[in-house]
Amino acid sequence: MAATFFGEVVKAPCRAGTEEEEEEEEEGRRETPEDREVRRQLARKREVRLLRRQTKTSLEVSLLEKYPCSKFIIAIGNNAVAFLSSFVMNSGVWEEVGFAKLWNEWCRTTDTTHLSPAEAFCIFYHLKSNPSVILCQCSCYVAEDQQYQWLEKVFGSCTRKNTQVTILTCRHVTDYKTSESTGSLPAPFLKALKTQNFKDPACCSLLEQPNIVHDLPAAVLSYCQVWKIPAILYLCYTDVMKLDLITVEAFKPILSSRSLKSLVKNIPQSTEILKKLMTTNEVQSNIYT
Amino acid sequence: MFVPCGESVPDLTGFTLLMPAVSVGNVGQLAIDLIISTLNMSKIGYFYTDCLVPMVGNNPYATGEENSTELSINAEVYSLPSRRLVALQLRSIFIKYKTKPFCEKLLSWVKGSNCARVIVLSSSHSYQRNDLQLRSTPFRYLLTPSMQINVQNKMKSLNWEEMEKSPCIPEINDSEFCVRIPGGGITKALYDESCSKEIQMAVLLKFVSEGDNIPDALGLVEYLNEWLQIIKPHDPTVPSLRWKMPSSWRLLFGSGLPPALF
Repeated sequence: MAATFFGEVVKAPCRAGTEEEEEEEEEGRRETPEDREVRRQLARKREVRLLRRQTKTSLEVSLLEKYPCSKFIIAIGNNAVAFLSSFVMNSGVWEEVGFAKLWNEWCRTTDTTHLSPAEAFCIFYHLKSNPSVILCQCSCYVAEDQQYQWLEKVFGSCTRKNTQVTILTCRHVTDYKTSESTGSLPAPFLKALKTQNFKDPACCSLLEQPNIVHDLPAAVLSYCQVWKIPAILYLCYTDVMKLDLITVEAFKPILSSRSLKSLVKNIPQSTEILKKLMTTNEVQSNIYT
Repeated sequence: MFVPCGESVPDLTGFTLLMPAVSVGNVGQLAIDLIISTLNMSKIGYFYTDCLVPMVGNNPYATGEENSTELSINAEVYSLPSRRLVALQLRSIFIKYKTKPFCEKLLSWVKGSNCARVIVLSSSHSYQRNDLQLRSTPFRYLLTPSMQINVQNKMKSLNWEEMEKSPCIPEINDSEFCVRIPGGGITKALYDESCSKEIQMAVLLKFVSEGDNIPDALGLVEYLNEWLQIIKPHDPTVPSLRWKMPSSWRLLFGSGLPPALF
């Protein structure tokens, strides 16, 4: 509880997240069979499913058990997705091997084949000429209760030390803690975090303490650290979270990394593709929209 | 589950496990940070679980360039074999409905690894204190029956206050009395489970409010130190000089301010 200057007593938010715990305990004690059923149905609705594109049937095993993988590259968020689309997927033939179907309060992934820019998706591809290279374009938000499920469905329980993982994502620059004011930071800029077993140099400086990462990128990197998989996360701090040319281009230094170098063919063409992507997504705004 | 950093699982037989409850002011977690940092404990493994919100960052206890790039996750285990101490640090909050499964997995690991005892560092909302508690020390302890046999006398000699029982349902006058730890996160659940599983557990907590909880954390480690003597008490040195704050405690309240503000 806290008292405000206006003489009211309000319940102050607890950063240890304990309010919910107490509610949960009480719920546990008072839970009826109907409550349990509602909870079960909600859990079912929030289940993450990995499906084959053509047949829309679930994969029997995890994705990387079904498709042995030497390189796993994942883009999380629209800017990272646009970067991979323009600079990596434009060269070579990429074939869809599956997609993740999930629902949460923020998004519902769509399973249509023709995606509009506004739709959320999580699609897995492999390179036809080298099927052990797998790429994931994930524009949907995976909620905290779904992140471990997603990991299970993609990585499974087998540890894959022969797979190298690269994760690309963006965060807002105000999340970056520094002794200077965030307004003075040269956004967008790139930072990296790598697991112990990732021996190659990063293409940018490492993320300094006390900065941390959460959500799906953190879930993937944690999994790789624990199971000794070489993995690197490239994090672009930007002040524009919607699709933005300058933010996407901030990922360019990683084109020289070992995991992406062999996959990138034509950079000028990629830049053209990127510009086209931007214009299709731009909404002409006027004072009435 | 516990996943070791190295190839083999370290032997924790007879060790004292120190762990925080994610509770008001994050005092337990701050206290564990102080212990790991001051004693320079080494990371021996991860407590990999789907119960905590994922997070990663570089080494929070880095002392220089050479050790600043080790990745840390949300639940890690550190040890100091010379003192038979092992510490579990939790760095994020629980995912909804996952507190009970976490308690079960944790206690099952404690039993399986043959730790001698568990000490949970926690905190409780200071605004929930009754009149007596308002006038006394803000520190409390709680022991499971199997722990009481061993250390009750020590607690008496230290003049420590045991956590009082309060009405189970505060609004009802003739409600039964039980131990309540509002704002304590999983503390009560862990304590209850340990009682029924006959695990030797002690809970050390402080009544706190949210804010700058570093002094509360220093207070809690000093309280623990009265019992365990983790570091030698030096009169009259100030506690904040005896305990080493980790480098990750920088910028706890956000980035620098824009000069234009002034």
